[in-house]
Formats: sequence, C-alpha cells, structure tokens
Amino acid sequence: MISTLLALFVSYLKIGFFGFGGGYAMLSLIHSEVVVRNGWITNGEFTDIVAISQMTPGPIAINSATYIGYEVAGIFGSVVATVAVCIPAMTLMMLITHFFLRLEHNRYVRGVVMGMRPVVVGMIASAALLLILPHDTEGQSFIDGWSWAIFAIALLLSARKLNPILLIVASGVAGVLIYGF
Amino acid sequence: MGELLTIFWSFLKIGAFTFGGGYAMIPLIEHEVVVRRHWLSEREFGDLLTIAQAAPGPISLNTAVFVGYKYRKYSGALAAILGVVVPSFVIILLVAIFFSQMRHNHWVEAAFMGMRPAVVALIVTPIIGLAKGMRWWLVAIAAATALTVWHFGISPIWFLIAGAACGLLWAARRGEEVGDD
Repeated sequence: MISTLLALFVSYLKIGFFGFGGGYAMLSLIHSEVVVRNGWITNGEFTDIVAISQMTPGPIAINSATYIGYEVAGIFGSVVATVAVCIPAMTLMMLITHFFLRLEHNRYVRGVVMGMRPVVVGMIASAALLLILPHDTEGQSFIDGWSWAIFAIALLLSARKLNPILLIVASGVAGVLIYGF
Repeated sequence: MGELLTIFWSFLKIGAFTFGGGYAMIPLIEHEVVVRRHWLSEREFGDLLTIAQAAPGPISLNTAVFVGYKYRKYSGALAAILGVVVPSFVIILLVAIFFSQMRHNHWVEAAFMGMRPAVVALIVTPIIGLAKGMRWWLVAIAAATALTVWHFGISPIWFLIAGAACGLLWAARRGEEVGDD
C-alpha cells in the first residue's frame, strides 16, 4: 500500500513538473506513466478518463490524478496523486511571483520554450497515435467502420470549433444508438 | 480571513465552471480576476498568461498561485489552489466511485464505445493547427518524437529535456552574436 502510494506520488510529481504545453500534451506524459510504466490502467480506461475529463470541469491533469489515484489506491490514492500533481506548479509559480521574474523577456527562457515547442506538438501526436494504434488489443478506440465514421465526423466538427462537451455527449448518444440495440 | 475566503470563492467558481480546460477557461478567469475583483490590471493579466503558459502545469492552477500569492503570500496561494482543485476533485471522485460500478453496464459501455473515437478526434484537431505554423524541420522533430514515444514507449520527458537543452544552446549562441538583450 505504502509503496503504491509512493509510486503514485512520484508519477504525478513528474507529470506536474514536466506538464508543459497544456492538457493534450500532458496526455502522452500521463499515458507513459500510468499505462506504459506502471500498468495501473488499460488503454481503453485511459481513453474513457479523457472522455470523462472533457465532460467535467477542471484541468485534465487534476482530473486524471484524482481518478487514477482512486482506481489504484482508493480515496488516499486520489488525495496523494492530486496533491503531487499540484506541487511543481505551486512551487515554481510562487518563485516566479515572488521575484516577479519577467520571464517572457529572458532570452534563455524564450529559448527553452521554443526548443520544447516541437516536442510538445509531437507529444500530442503520440497521444493520438497511442489511441489509434495501441500496442495491446484491450479497450481499442476503433473497433469497426462506425468508429471511423464517428472519428471523421467529430474531426470535421471539432475543426469548426464545435464545443467539445457537446461533441462528446453527441458521440455517446451515437454509441448508444449504434451499439446499444 | 475575509480576503482569503474571497480568493477561495473566486477560484472555486473558476474551478467549477471551466470545462474542457486550457484556452477555453481564459475568458472566465479574466472576468473574475480583472473585471470583477480588480486583482490584476489588463496588462498584468497578459503577462501572467505568458508566464502561466511557459511554466509547467495547468493554466488555471498557475493563475491561482500567482494571484493568491501576490495578495496573501502562502495562505493566499493555498486558498486559491484549494478553490481550483476542490470542485474537480469532488466531482471526479464521485464519478470514479460510481463509474467503476457502472462501467460494465450495457448502455454505459455502448456510450463509451461511441465516445472513444470522438476523444481521438479532439486530440488530433490541435495538431493540424499547430503543425501549420511550423517550419519543415520542426515538423520533422515533432513527427520523430511522436513515432518514438508511440513505438518504443520511451517517456516524453527525455524529449522535453533535449528540446529545452537545444533551445538553451540556441539562445546562448544567438546571444553571443547579437549581444545581450
């Protein structure tokens, strides 16, 4: 139990510290820690958590910490993972605020941000690849022609800035109509 | 104490009503922090956004630490963080408790089979927009990152570190050529 909690803490500390580039870029980091490294959840469960995160308020990093923490080690686990994911942002932002660093004008900080930019785009792409072509067969996102049809329509609507919550709810309704009966 | 409660309450609202994460929540944060409470000026908010995006971690969390710490130091930062985290923590914990009981329900399974491809579409959408503005060799770095992380299961952290190091080197060399900013 203690070692599981410790592993959760370390994983989410890493996710918090390297969580550059916002929600979708963090997905590949979260996937790497909770699916690939620790095997706490399957690919399918991971995709479901992303869907749930889209429908509930709050950042995906915190949502996934609370959810996976609970799955792995109950309420204690969810508290430990949630606190861990907040620690890096907290301490770094306090330092930045305290010294009122005008980071955007510092050329080294600009260099680091620019150097990480293509990696962040690659991280988002790898999250997409991991869900389209997973290495294990359990919980695949694409199971038949309907899946690809939903994907194509969702891609079109999402490129036209349709509200993501609406998109998820509509695709859930489509799922019930297609697979439920 | 009253001021701490106000900070907590404001960020509780931000935490409870920011669906989808990332850029979708910026107008709501701006309204609360700049227009309603006058904690930051328009200009300070712009600076804060740049910093919150460059620093790791969710934007809402980084904003909370910045505003909270600026007003009431550690207790202010803690009140703001609790405000952002509590709604998403409570909601996701409830979802986790009930979803693990319902996930094998026929209708719930059908709905999630429909939602999974839509989630992938949501992740793919920003990649296209981000890649459009990049030079070909940056796109190549992004593609190489995506393929390696996906195929070999290597943690994206190593790519972030490498990208940051390249950016630092680039900034240092450029600094020697044109002199310090």
